Amino acid sequence: MPNALPFNRLETNSDTWVTLYIEDQAIQVPAGDTVAAAILSAGLLPSRTTSISSSQRAPYCLMGVCFECLVTIDGKENSQACMTQVQDGMRVSKQIQSPDLNAADTREAKHDK
Amino acid sequence: MTQFSTGSSHRPDVCVLGGGIVGLSVALGLQRNGLIVSIIDEGDTGLRASRGNFGLVWVQGKGDTLADYAQISRLSAKLWPQFAQELFSKTGINIELQQKGGLFFCLSDDELEQRKTMLTMMQKEANGDYPFEVLDLQQLRNFIPEAGPEVVGATYSPEDGHLNPLFLLRALTECFIKQGGKIHHSGKVCKLSKHGQSFKVETEKESYQCDQIVLAAGLGNKELAPQVGLNAPLTPNRGQVLICERVKPFLNYPTGHVRQTNEGTIQLGDSKEDVGFDTGTSTQVMATIAARASKMFPLLKNIRLIRAWGALRIMTPDGYPIYQASQTHQGAYLVTCHSGVTLGAFHHGPIADWIANDKQDFELEAFHAKRFAI
Amino acid sequence: MINNTLYDLAIIGAGPAGMSAAICASEHGLKVALLDEQANFGGQIYKKLYQPSLKDESILGPDYYQGRVLIHQVQKSKIDCFFEASVWQVTYPEKSDSTLEINLSIKQQGQQLKARKLLIAAGAQERPTPFPGWTLPGVMTCGAAQILLKTSAMTPASPLVIAGSGPLLLLIAAQLHRAGVNISGLLDTRPKGRYVEALPHLAAALNNLPLLAKGLALMAEIKKANIPIYKNVTELTALANPSEHLEQVSFKTGNQHQEITCRTLLTHQGVVPNVQLTRALKLDHVWHQNQTCWHPVKDEWGQSSHPDIYIAGDASGITGAKGAAHTGRIAALKITQSLAKISSYQLAKLAQVPTKKLAKETCIRPFLDKLYYPAQTFLTPEDDTLVCRCEEVSAKDIRHMVKQGCTGPNQTKAFSRVGMGPCQGRLCGLTVSNIIAEESRLTPDEVGYYQIRNPIKPVNLSELIDLAK
Ligand SMILES: Cc1cc2nc3c(=O)[nH]c(=O)nc-3n(C[C@H](O)[C@H](O)[C@H](O)COP(=O)(O)OP(=O)(O)OC[C@H]3O[C@@H](n4cnc5c(N)ncnc54)[C@H](O)[C@@H]3O)c2cc1C
Ligand code: FES
Repeated sequence: MPNALPFNRLETNSDTWVTLYIEDQAIQVPAGDTVAAAILSAGLLPSRTTSISSSQRAPYCLMGVCFECLVTIDGKENSQACMTQVQDGMRVSKQIQSPDLNAADTREAKHDK
Repeated sequence: MTQFSTGSSHRPDVCVLGGGIVGLSVALGLQRNGLIVSIIDEGDTGLRASRGNFGLVWVQGKGDTLADYAQISRLSAKLWPQFAQELFSKTGINIELQQKGGLFFCLSDDELEQRKTMLTMMQKEANGDYPFEVLDLQQLRNFIPEAGPEVVGATYSPEDGHLNPLFLLRALTECFIKQGGKIHHSGKVCKLSKHGQSFKVETEKESYQCDQIVLAAGLGNKELAPQVGLNAPLTPNRGQVLICERVKPFLNYPTGHVRQTNEGTIQLGDSKEDVGFDTGTSTQVMATIAARASKMFPLLKNIRLIRAWGALRIMTPDGYPIYQASQTHQGAYLVTCHSGVTLGAFHHGPIADWIANDKQDFELEAFHAKRFAI
Repeated sequence: MINNTLYDLAIIGAGPAGMSAAICASEHGLKVALLDEQANFGGQIYKKLYQPSLKDESILGPDYYQGRVLIHQVQKSKIDCFFEASVWQVTYPEKSDSTLEINLSIKQQGQQLKARKLLIAAGAQERPTPFPGWTLPGVMTCGAAQILLKTSAMTPASPLVIAGSGPLLLLIAAQLHRAGVNISGLLDTRPKGRYVEALPHLAAALNNLPLLAKGLALMAEIKKANIPIYKNVTELTALANPSEHLEQVSFKTGNQHQEITCRTLLTHQGVVPNVQLTRALKLDHVWHQNQTCWHPVKDEWGQSSHPDIYIAGDASGITGAKGAAHTGRIAALKITQSLAKISSYQLAKLAQVPTKKLAKETCIRPFLDKLYYPAQTFLTPEDDTLVCRCEEVSAKDIRHMVKQGCTGPNQTKAFSRVGMGPCQGRLCGLTVSNIIAEESRLTPDEVGYYQIRNPIKPVNLSELIDLAK
């Protein structure tokens, strides 16, 4: 799965780490991370493809400006990874082109049961 | 002294005031008649209903109290494929016209019953030649499986359709320029006058001369019309349009309130709220539109809203268009309506011919502004 | 959900400007709401400082940790703080002196707050820096790398190249170096002559010697680090490997073509005010030639063209973190006076110190603006460069639209979909105005900017529905 060199983690003050699943692979990150940071530390680049030309993209600004970090978080497509805090057990996957509302609806229905 | 625009070597036959969908459609029709046409338009941020509209080529229910209006709307819908083809062959721009029918969702039994009564009456008026169907929820789901449980039913007309209004605006503009038309962005038109046989059009920055003028300036017509012996009692009516993100296609038919463009963008709209010239959005109106749309299509609560705008509809007191030639200032014409997309092909065809040749194949009397005189 | 508390003052942005304003207003008895879309206090500069990630405090340097003072003050105060609260729309009634409504989303819930006065302290964003290949995975902004250091103690994959211009670029290069990152090249994209252009402003800048000295120290530190530095770089291009990831950066120095292999390329061309909200509110803006961007119009108190709306910090023009704090305090004092909590006399007296300090911070700006003014190619890129990343519209497309008679960005937007994607024009707006201006031989001011529409951040339809009465 990791298809790019992961970013390096320096020594941190964080003592709580959480597990999240990026493209179904478990990865441990500090509790204060954003999902975008987790993606970079996992080396999941590109993290989305555009709906127009399928061109490959990855987090770019990390401050909520560019919307290049859109991914699917816990079934919710087009979520802005750099503005979302990680949570234990979170599932993250690549955003392939435009969201599919029908798929989201089915996912939700399953969840409700 | 007066400064005439020297940019173009020859003086146009006709000046069309207003470069929105209405003005451009008429202008193209005038060019087809061999006339040299200039469009005079406000700058980049003009209040352009053409940019804010919904893109419906809509027939069902239009003209329930004026048969002539029902007729021209349907005529225009029939003329659209040819006009779209012409635009495509001249500019290579596909305006994404689709006319495989449209649906009007109803959220209560009363609403559905009322629509049924209205459409039945219109069918009678048209001697039976007015196709529509009334669908219950089950039948509706054959068209659109995503219709929500709170939907009672819908009315369907096979003559309805939609197009991409931004591509339309662009195709009209490119086509007009390709055919030698000039668009002058020289500010608001502020004064119209007639000197002998020719008209003088003065804007904030320039002035122009021509033989005929067409007032197609949307709300601006209100001030301009009286200067050439016409009357355009128009008021702005704000419609809100909500533009959502692109999603995978699911909506195969346009509905009166929700439609999906070819590239996947979802548009929500329609509200009648009289707020003057404010193009802002008010939270409550937006929230109401969103709530209604998500009742119609529950899966929409997962979509993201990207931008919202207030598009100004241009309304006469009875909601119908004004088409009128000036009696006092021969050569001045008024063309104003609120459904510039639906009527686009009609403006490009019969209306432009009427202005170019002063001939009338159809009865325009019903659309004179004298109907507003008390 | 509609919160019916009526706040005297709502502040958007909890950076130095917003925090300083909140503290000052609350000290004078105002009921204050402080909103930020981030997880906590700090804004861009003091990001994550409430709980620093990096063990080694020497990496970011003392300027970062100085912000603790402000954060402690806010924590002690009676300010209502809302975090992960993204403001997507503000509406105001026709007449002044009535309530402003602030729509926000907190953890995917639509909420509304009401306030009598609004202070926009939404900070800055990095200037869009279009060049061929800037959309490739592996290319990021310098700011992004710094954010990763601050929030996650993370450094970019190497080999690493940094390209562009600006004081912040130098700071981040130094911070990454301190963090042990090996920088394969520092590409200075400024053309020759910037020092000469900046020279006339040096005298004014000398009024803030400590800041100048800091800059010089930074340059010395980078020099000592033995980072290969390339000057007057042109034709910057990011090149991809077959799987569309950055692999190499190519450029020219003089006539010489150069290439450096890298996994990460960081770029930067200065920062510009975040005008999304002030634009959506239809406040007046004015073109700032030296900073090549628009500023919202404001008076010396930070009052915008709407009497109930104030602007402070970098959102009102780039002044830096310290300057931002002073503008925040000044605006808060004026707001306090406008709500009759202090007299005009007290206002004049209390504003003296911050006003004086602010002058010291701003005196150096004209010098920095000239010295780091971006190269033309980043303002009006070549035809093939993508301008709008969201809708994939190139500089060539924009030029074509101008030929088709588009006189401004709004018609261009309608014709080409430029600026219609989820970033709502943040990363293409300045470029589009600049290109149209260049093509039609007008100034950007004459050409104008996008009409920014609400919501200023994409919002779930369900959150909008939450606000239906
Ligand atoms: C990426 C980046 C890195 C920088 N690094 C440094 C540095 O290391 N050293 C330095 O001296 N200067 C740095 N600067 C400049 C410095 O950030 C500013 O001078 C200073 O932070 C300005 O303070 P402020 O309060 O005006 O804005 P900011 O500190 O930017 O604070 C604005 C806050 O507003 C919030 N906000 C914006 N819009 C909304 C909204 N709609 N809803 C809710 N909240 C919103 C943001 O999340 C942010 O927290 C940097 C700038 C950027 C853009
Ligand atoms: S990385 Fe730019 S918005 Fe998330």
